[in-house]
Amino acid sequence: MTMTYREALRQGLYDALDRDERVFLMGEDVGKYGGTYAVSKGMLDKYGPERVRDAPLSELAFVGAGIGAAMGGMRPIVEVMTVNFSMLALDQIVNTAAMLRHMSGGQFSAPVVVRMSTGAGRQLAAQHSNTLEAWYAHVPGLKVVAPATIDDAHGMLLAALEDPNPVIVFEYPALFELKGELSSSDVDISSSAVRRRGGKVTLVTYGACLHKTLKAAEEVDGEVIDLRVLRPLDMAPVLESVKKTRRAVVIDEGWRSGSLAAEVMARIAEEAFYDLDAAPARVCREEVPIPYPRHLEEAALPQPEKIVAAARGLFG
Amino acid sequence: MFEFKLPSLGADMDEGKLIEWKVKPGDAVKRGQVIAVVDTSKAAVDVEIWEDGVVSELITQPGETIPVGTVMARLNGAAPAPAAPPRPAAPPVPGRLRVSPAARKVALAKGVALEKVLGTGPQGAITVEDVEKAALVKREPKAEERRIEPAAPDRALEMRKAIAAAMTRSKREIPHYYLSQTVPMQRAAEWLAAENAKRPVTKRLLMAVLQLKAVAVALAGFPDLNGFYRDGAYHPVAAVHAGVAISLRQGGLVAPAIHDVAQLPLDDLMTALTDLVRRARAGSLRSSEMSDPTITVSNIGEGGVESVFPIIYPPQVAIVGFGTLAPRPWVAPDGGMHVAPTVVASLGADHRVSDGHRGALFLAELARRLQEPEKLR
Repeated sequence: MTMTYREALRQGLYDALDRDERVFLMGEDVGKYGGTYAVSKGMLDKYGPERVRDAPLSELAFVGAGIGAAMGGMRPIVEVMTVNFSMLALDQIVNTAAMLRHMSGGQFSAPVVVRMSTGAGRQLAAQHSNTLEAWYAHVPGLKVVAPATIDDAHGMLLAALEDPNPVIVFEYPALFELKGELSSSDVDISSSAVRRRGGKVTLVTYGACLHKTLKAAEEVDGEVIDLRVLRPLDMAPVLESVKKTRRAVVIDEGWRSGSLAAEVMARIAEEAFYDLDAAPARVCREEVPIPYPRHLEEAALPQPEKIVAAARGLFG
Repeated sequence: MFEFKLPSLGADMDEGKLIEWKVKPGDAVKRGQVIAVVDTSKAAVDVEIWEDGVVSELITQPGETIPVGTVMARLNGAAPAPAAPPRPAAPPVPGRLRVSPAARKVALAKGVALEKVLGTGPQGAITVEDVEKAALVKREPKAEERRIEPAAPDRALEMRKAIAAAMTRSKREIPHYYLSQTVPMQRAAEWLAAENAKRPVTKRLLMAVLQLKAVAVALAGFPDLNGFYRDGAYHPVAAVHAGVAISLRQGGLVAPAIHDVAQLPLDDLMTALTDLVRRARAGSLRSSEMSDPTITVSNIGEGGVESVFPIIYPPQVAIVGFGTLAPRPWVAPDGGMHVAPTVVASLGADHRVSDGHRGALFLAELARRLQEPEKLR
């Protein structure tokens, strides 16, 4: 069945609510308004206000409430409108959800799913264009996933609900209009995936950059690996690919310093040093707040041309 | 304990044949001492050692042909050599060869000597592909494999091959630019004649010596013409070790170095040149002379040609040529024309390191120096 990324997310929510009585959706504007990105449109009518709950405008409070519900046996899906606002809930996510099992000596866990949109590219200016997946991927106790395909947009939510850990699901508004075939509803949240076979250079990416990378790969015979799961990282396909191509570029929409790209490059250096023919390279967001004007915003983000240039830079 | 390996005695040397050891196990050796005579394709070279020590084992047997880098002997060392050696300078130590980690692994597995592989990767790094290409082109014997040469090699043929390899590499890798300038030599010729009139025949100076000295002195302001281009980067050298192109009677040529030409008095330079030519033709050059030249001077003026367009000897970055010194029409600064001895000085230089403007300034400086021969002493 062909659908958009947005429809796949919505389908995932419907399936989640249908499959398990304990699942409910909670967040700002998810009910009456139908979701900021219209993902939960129509759900309030179908499932009622008990299972589709509009939350007051306090991320700290409603994420905390979601964690409490999860501890109490529910399977809440908490929607924080965007990663930009999730900073207000960091204490709940990091200090409570991620550490609860450790702090309680294994007595409690918080199987909560926190969904949020992330990324730049939509002229929303600096404060609404952050890409902070790396912050969450830094924290032990969390699982962090980044669906970049139709199947993952649909299926990762379902897999996240089955996971006993708190899972952060990042959704990419830049991909909402992406169309594709929903081919499988059975996806894991433990592995990275080769999205394109190639021989010359390994291109590692995640999220919205996947599609820019696939475009660039056409020009440089790139093998594209979609990390999918940002914590814990599955490096096996990356290392296997680097062994073949001997060159790697990491494409990351986040700022380069302390980025996921930095982590992936470090692991390539640690685990595939003797397979390399060139130092790993990366294409990241310029280290500036994202500018509002379109041309400047585009210039600040990874683009296919930059990826091609970085890949070619690994050859003499 | 340290190892003595067959050094590369020039960009065109891949292997050498041990003719004889000058030391035996138990001998103490001093830094700079000649410990072996090795036949390269060009000449028999006295190979010096660069560390003090006591010979514990001679591995290579006379008559064996071995690749550059092969361990020839083991010695029990004194402390490692000081980092900045006094003259004569140690064979130039290149920065660590840029080799990708994967290429190192493959080279080890295939027994490819990395020093001889041309890097095409980022910043000139040697990649797996480069190693594989090199392995295909040339089945190098592994460091451990040695073969006994059945008969003496055809020296002329070997030398032709060596020159071909070095010059092909030069023209392939080095973007040469050429400049030339006619230099009035009236004053130099008169000064030299007056100087030689005072001397016994055996002490007389050649114009070539004066020119060599002028080149070395003029180079003081041009570090971009005196040094080595290696691994994608230029390394200037402070001292001028001038390679002197010497043609050999059996054909071919060598260009061994005279060390620190700028500092040598003319008399010593003359002695050094005579000695070098004699030893080059007798085939007893020292290893440091083969690998040290920071620039080469080619003086084939004796042949009667007007000018020379010489080819740079890698990894050097410049070469100076002198044509025949002969009387030619000359326009004096006052506009009058008369006949005066002149010489055409030419420069071939590496455009990766210097530009024509710098080369032109150098030739002008060289010409100026030759107008003050008395100061070249």
